[in-house]
Amino acid sequence: MVEHEKMKVEETTAVIDAQGLHHRVLNGLIKKAVFEGAKKLRILNVHGQRYIGAGLSHGVEVEIHGTPGGDLASFMGGSRITVYGNVEDGCGNTMAGGEVVVHGHAGDIVGYAMRGGRIFIRGCVGYRAAIHMKGFQERKPVLVVGGNAGDFLGEYMAGGVIVLLRLNGSGEREGKANFLGTGMHGGTIYLRGEISGLNNHVRSVEMNGEDLRLLRELVEKFSRHFGYDTDRILKDGFTKLIPAARRPYHEHYS
Amino acid sequence: MENLGCANNPYRDSKVVEACSLFGVMDRGGRRFDGKDIIRAMANMRERGNGLGGGFAVYGLYPDYRDYYAFHLMYENTTAKRRTEEFLAKHFNLHLTEEIPTNNNIQLSNPPLLWRYFLQPKKGCGRSSWDDYVLEKVMTVNNAIEGAFVFSSGRDMGVFKGVGYPEDAAEYFCLEEYEGYMWTAHGRFPTNTPGWWGGAQPFSVLDWAVVHNGEISSYGTNRRYLEMYRYLCTMHTDTEVLVYALDLLRRVHGLPLEVVSKVFAPPFWFEIDRMERKEKELYTALRQVYGSLLMNGPFTVIFTSRGEMVGLTDRIKLRPLCVGVKDDLIYMSSEEAAIRLVCPSVERCWRPKGGELVVGRLRAQAVEKLLASSEV
Amino acid sequence: MKSYLLSEYLVQVDGDRCTLCLACVVQCTYGVFSHNRESRGLSVRSEKCVNCHRCVIFCPVQAIAVVKNPTAYRENFYWAEKTIRATVSQAEKGGILLAGMGCDTSMPVYWDKLLLNASQVTNPSIDPLREPVELRTYLGSKPDRLEVCDSGDGPVLETAIAPQLTLETPILFAAMSYGAISLEAQEALAQAALEFRTLFNAGEGGLHKRLYPYGGRCIVQVASARFGVHIDYLNAAAGIEVKIGQGAKPGIGGHLPGEKVTREVSETRMIPEGTDALSPAPHHDIYSIEDLRQLIYALKEATDYVKPVFVKIAAVHNSAAIASGIVRAGADAVVIDGMRGATGAAPLVVRDNVGIPLELALAAVDQRLRDEGIRNRASIIVGGGIRNSADVVKAIALGADAVYIGTAALVAMGCSLCQKCYTGKCPWGIATTDLEISKRLSPDTASRRLINLLQAWSLEIKMMLGGMGMNSVESLRGNRLHLRGVGLTEGELKVLGVKMAGE
Repeated sequence: MVEHEKMKVEETTAVIDAQGLHHRVLNGLIKKAVFEGAKKLRILNVHGQRYIGAGLSHGVEVEIHGTPGGDLASFMGGSRITVYGNVEDGCGNTMAGGEVVVHGHAGDIVGYAMRGGRIFIRGCVGYRAAIHMKGFQERKPVLVVGGNAGDFLGEYMAGGVIVLLRLNGSGEREGKANFLGTGMHGGTIYLRGEISGLNNHVRSVEMNGEDLRLLRELVEKFSRHFGYDTDRILKDGFTKLIPAARRPYHEHYS
Repeated sequence: MENLGCANNPYRDSKVVEACSLFGVMDRGGRRFDGKDIIRAMANMRERGNGLGGGFAVYGLYPDYRDYYAFHLMYENTTAKRRTEEFLAKHFNLHLTEEIPTNNNIQLSNPPLLWRYFLQPKKGCGRSSWDDYVLEKVMTVNNAIEGAFVFSSGRDMGVFKGVGYPEDAAEYFCLEEYEGYMWTAHGRFPTNTPGWWGGAQPFSVLDWAVVHNGEISSYGTNRRYLEMYRYLCTMHTDTEVLVYALDLLRRVHGLPLEVVSKVFAPPFWFEIDRMERKEKELYTALRQVYGSLLMNGPFTVIFTSRGEMVGLTDRIKLRPLCVGVKDDLIYMSSEEAAIRLVCPSVERCWRPKGGELVVGRLRAQAVEKLLASSEV
Repeated sequence: MKSYLLSEYLVQVDGDRCTLCLACVVQCTYGVFSHNRESRGLSVRSEKCVNCHRCVIFCPVQAIAVVKNPTAYRENFYWAEKTIRATVSQAEKGGILLAGMGCDTSMPVYWDKLLLNASQVTNPSIDPLREPVELRTYLGSKPDRLEVCDSGDGPVLETAIAPQLTLETPILFAAMSYGAISLEAQEALAQAALEFRTLFNAGEGGLHKRLYPYGGRCIVQVASARFGVHIDYLNAAAGIEVKIGQGAKPGIGGHLPGEKVTREVSETRMIPEGTDALSPAPHHDIYSIEDLRQLIYALKEATDYVKPVFVKIAAVHNSAAIASGIVRAGADAVVIDGMRGATGAAPLVVRDNVGIPLELALAAVDQRLRDEGIRNRASIIVGGGIRNSADVVKAIALGADAVYIGTAALVAMGCSLCQKCYTGKCPWGIATTDLEISKRLSPDTASRRLINLLQAWSLEIKMMLGGMGMNSVESLRGNRLHLRGVGLTEGELKVLGVKMAGE
């Protein structure tokens, strides 16, 4: 096992004190620990170190205590990262697999161009969440947000699923998510409650049995992570949004 | 300096091309000798020049002022002289100022005013950074003061050069009256007329002096690379880039001489590809990092610094170099005949391979005697 | 609505020669030819012709000629045919006009106003027929100096060198995505890059699984939509290029028309079949230069710092300052793409009016990086308008480390510059994803043509280098003294950093 004054290893659990570590050192320690067989990592005192879990493909459990910096879990291919705190911008950037669970809020562009894996945010997400989210067949990225989302949610969405639960406010009153789904040409967005003022790239359709099954599965996961009651969340009505057209800008070109 | 009519390139050609004769001689035992032999040797190679430039560098020249930088200056006029002297007085402690003695019976074309100054940086500049300080000031004079040009700025060494055949320049500067343990000389065949004093060789800055034969086709690349390291190439001669490259790689970057020679004349990639791992790593990195200092095109150079004379040709040997040894004496010359003329009993005479480094160094006891006191 | 557009071309079939073999009917993907069963002859619909030469080349009896329609537009100096056509077309369709390939307007071509030097007398030419002339080029960040320790056993390198990519010729294949071009065309580029030991760029459309074996010779792109980007994709490549902009359409992003998004393309890009593949500028994680640094380092972290990361920008007015920022953000190479650079689909108005000529941008960027003392930190690669080996030599003399070629590579494979790439019907099997058409292009044959082109250019570059008295390409890099300008203003000469011919 790697030896470092900031890392303690017991069996397959590595505990890293990130206080004062540069991101390159911290991420190097994480990669080495994983390479040498660690199954669980607890990272303490995280203060803004970027790129934690970038490109991580192994099936490990990572616990982060503190505030991780930008691009958490970017390009991640596997593993579960649980953050006890808020996360900065770029969480799950171009993520392809694994799971990120945030016991707090997230900054802008959560799940940008995400193409696999799942992100659960207990609180709110910032602007441009899940922009360019895409999927193909079994690759189906999921973003579940407990609170509200800033503007531009799901823009250019080409696949995957966004669930916006809006639990911290009542429906539309907070965080209107303007420009939601602009340019959307794939994927599905489920919103708790109603929404008005949609642009013509998305349309609201009836939920079917498959939707209800998927939604229940995701809300159950969310509730398990953050201690909510699934049935209470699901008793409210949901709105399902899908792309209005496969080629939203087709008429722009001659 | 840009307008120094008699020291500068009147046509502002981007690069002046020239052919040349080179000669160098050193006594490894540190014995000082006069310039008679080297003047004869140069005269013997007169056919290689065209009388438009000749010069000499002498080491062990000013033993009494060994701790002072000896600045040799060319001035176009008295205004340039006054401005330069004000500048020097502001930045240096001047130990001695004098006109460089010349023999005015020798008619050389359009000679400038020639003065020398023995000086040290003003207090407050740490001794370890003296060279950087001096280099910067030399660059400033040469670029900012119109009509002034520092053509020699080393310690216990000096350059004498002008427009004419080397033997005429030697007489003009009364070189028969000087002694040194190492001499190099250059006879020039510039392709533009008239020749200009500043462009004659040796080209020198700090303790470095270079005499060079050939045209460096990579000049534009070399120059732009050196400009990044704040060397201002104002002379438009490829010789200038050799000196700055040498200063950068040896003094500033601290690379061993053997490594520097492999920057100037690197092995071909096919040779590098066949090397052992460690060697391959070094040579690959040298070309990756210092590729812009590859001296491409024909060259022979003899570069000198205190206690050291180095001969090198380009990697495909487009220019000649002959080396001779007799006891403590080492000769380097464009032509073998010049060596045999001044040293008929030469023990060994050979022509090094392209890109092969030939180094002459003072013996240890001579180093102590000649250099130690100045390394306080 | 009745169209007022005139046919651009007339297709003429010589009835005496035609044997009605119907090869033209098969070859034309635009439906110009059909077999008229009643008259037992060939029907020709010239208005559909794009003058791609496919039928002409494949007619076994040379019976076909394509000529410009002699019915001329009433054009004048100000209202050229192209302008009238665009206006008519927009009046009929109401949308943005698309075009393929690069800007074709009469903007000055600075390459043609720059002339190369040659040795005469004062230094010798190097004869490449018998002497080695070296073109090997390393791309990546270089340190400002090396530390060498002089051990008793000879000098030993102590400086760690950042990752470098090795090219045996300073020419790379420019970014062309699967989708914009066919998989066959991309495979031909990959094969040629592998054999000639240079690199191809897979563009922003992901890397098809069939091309993973060529990863060691592949630059993969990360563009705003992140098509096909995942950790295996990044790990498979030799280098990663962050695509900020493209010379053919600066300021706007990728747009692959849905016609070309077939099942295979959709799988590689991870988007639904038949949708437009949209990757408009900007990257949404880059709204400022420090964000670029964040993305560069996210990519480096994800790939363990073993691959160089390039950043590609379009040549625009402020390129020099932008490039400086890119280098300071940690890029290992700056890629500058000129306005002559091609694309599969760009709005015509952008293609022909936005950006600046590559030559000027390159000169300005190289000089700026030198002025700031950071030229060593990144390589400069230029693309977008390199037509021949002379352009390559001039680009390197202006300061580039290497060049990307796109259009030239396509022409080598059969492209006739008809500029209809966005239709997805390329009869040469290049700019199409229709498997029935793309199978016309044999990767083996096309790669042979590409290798021949690289070989021919490399020989010519060696010849010109030798002529200037140099036996290694690094001595040409930034060597503007080997360039002289003709017909240029003082301002242009100043930006290019070259003297006038005769000076």
